[in-house]
Amino acid sequence: MTFDKEKMKAAFLQQIKLAATSLPQETEKALILARDSEEKGSVAENIFIQLLENVEVARDQAIPICQDTGTHIHYIYYPVGMREADIKEAVIEATKEATAKTYLRPNAVDPVTGKNSGNNIGTKNPQFHFHQWDNDYILGKLMLKGGGSENVSTQYKLPDTKLHAGRDLEGVRKVIIDAVRNAQGMGCAPGVLGIGVGGDRGSSFITAKEQLFRDLFDESDNKEVAELEKRLFKEINTLGIGPMGFGGNTTVMGVKIGMAHRVPASFFVSIAYMCWAYRKASVTIRPDGTVEYKN
Amino acid sequence: MAIKINLPVSESDIRKLKVGDLVLLSGVMSTGRDAAHKYIMENHPDFIRKYVKDSLLYHCGPVVKQDETGKWHFVAAGPTTSIREEPYEAHVIEEYQLRGVIGKGGMKDKTLAALKKFGAVYFHATGGAAASQGKAVVDVLDVFLLEELGVPEAFWIIKVKDFPVVVTMDSHGNSLHDKIKASSDKVADKLIGD
Repeated sequence: MTFDKEKMKAAFLQQIKLAATSLPQETEKALILARDSEEKGSVAENIFIQLLENVEVARDQAIPICQDTGTHIHYIYYPVGMREADIKEAVIEATKEATAKTYLRPNAVDPVTGKNSGNNIGTKNPQFHFHQWDNDYILGKLMLKGGGSENVSTQYKLPDTKLHAGRDLEGVRKVIIDAVRNAQGMGCAPGVLGIGVGGDRGSSFITAKEQLFRDLFDESDNKEVAELEKRLFKEINTLGIGPMGFGGNTTVMGVKIGMAHRVPASFFVSIAYMCWAYRKASVTIRPDGTVEYKN
Repeated sequence: MAIKINLPVSESDIRKLKVGDLVLLSGVMSTGRDAAHKYIMENHPDFIRKYVKDSLLYHCGPVVKQDETGKWHFVAAGPTTSIREEPYEAHVIEEYQLRGVIGKGGMKDKTLAALKKFGAVYFHATGGAAASQGKAVVDVLDVFLLEELGVPEAFWIIKVKDFPVVVTMDSHGNSLHDKIKASSDKVADKLIGD
């Protein structure tokens, strides 16, 4: 089976364009619900109207929804017999072109020299998570995660003395509420929370980010976790932080919790805060050359 | 109803603004974010003075494109989180006689005190609404340190027309961010319990 490199590049380019310029329908639906939950004529309602207008302009004119086109997180599933390096090369070439076409801002800065690479390519940029699978096609999932929301993302270790948070789901609940109140509007509220419970520090954060690939209106397969997601969604939306932190009824649009087994000594809770401009898109590339996009 | 403000603006007009006011800004200003603040603190550059005096510094790292004649255009231009500039902003407001900054997320006590002392405000632009905001940037007059700092971090001298913002910190010591923090803390403390 062969996958043409140029065709792959074109498919990844379209995926990047979609992710950067077209907000997923489910997120737009959540923003409409949020707008309708605010008082008529309030500043909060006005912000949601502005956000929804911006979503439309961005989609119609293929302009980035947000100028911070973020870290590019690629999860790529590929068939047995394919070279990872070929896919990587196609994504890198697509990324360079997407930057030149201004779907992406040049966002890769060398932390030692302070130099911006100018094309989004750099050490560990874009970010790749490759998984081989038994299907005969490629599935690429891409999330663009802005720096403002990443800066308010955080990690706790339980127990937490100050919050009286113990090593159980009740402790998990407490630290998540604390994280949102600390974030205020700075992560571009209303956010979506990806939560990783357990793991080591690294896998805990990866678990948290992976939750953000879930559908916004789904719920966890684990009944206890699903209950906690629902409870936190309700409770956090009573904080009154609202869009941009201006006050309002919607502080989060979703709470998504995943878990990883932990060692007995560690109990991490990682919170990956995603801004309202919750940008993701997936692409399926089949061996017969057909390509499908979803976002 | 939004208040229209033309830049440059007088201190007395800025002191009339209060938290919650919706404002449409028109005129010339400079962008400046993390690397720009570091550069200002270390080098005190003169090249931005005439553009920001009685005007604003916008915390923004835009997406830009250059046309075939070499002229720059803003494509997407929303605000970045301002709090990272908290250690420097009071100084920048004083040295460059700013009438305010535009950003998102708000700032803290040191900046709030400088707004009061020097007659300036914090304008909050909606985060993530960059496609619409890019359209309100009607001209790019110049750019400084593009090569050294890169596209997002350079000083872009821009002209805006009816750029929509909300006053969230005024020159009378009021901050919407402090108010929401205090009220949400009360609810959070209750939810977290003992």
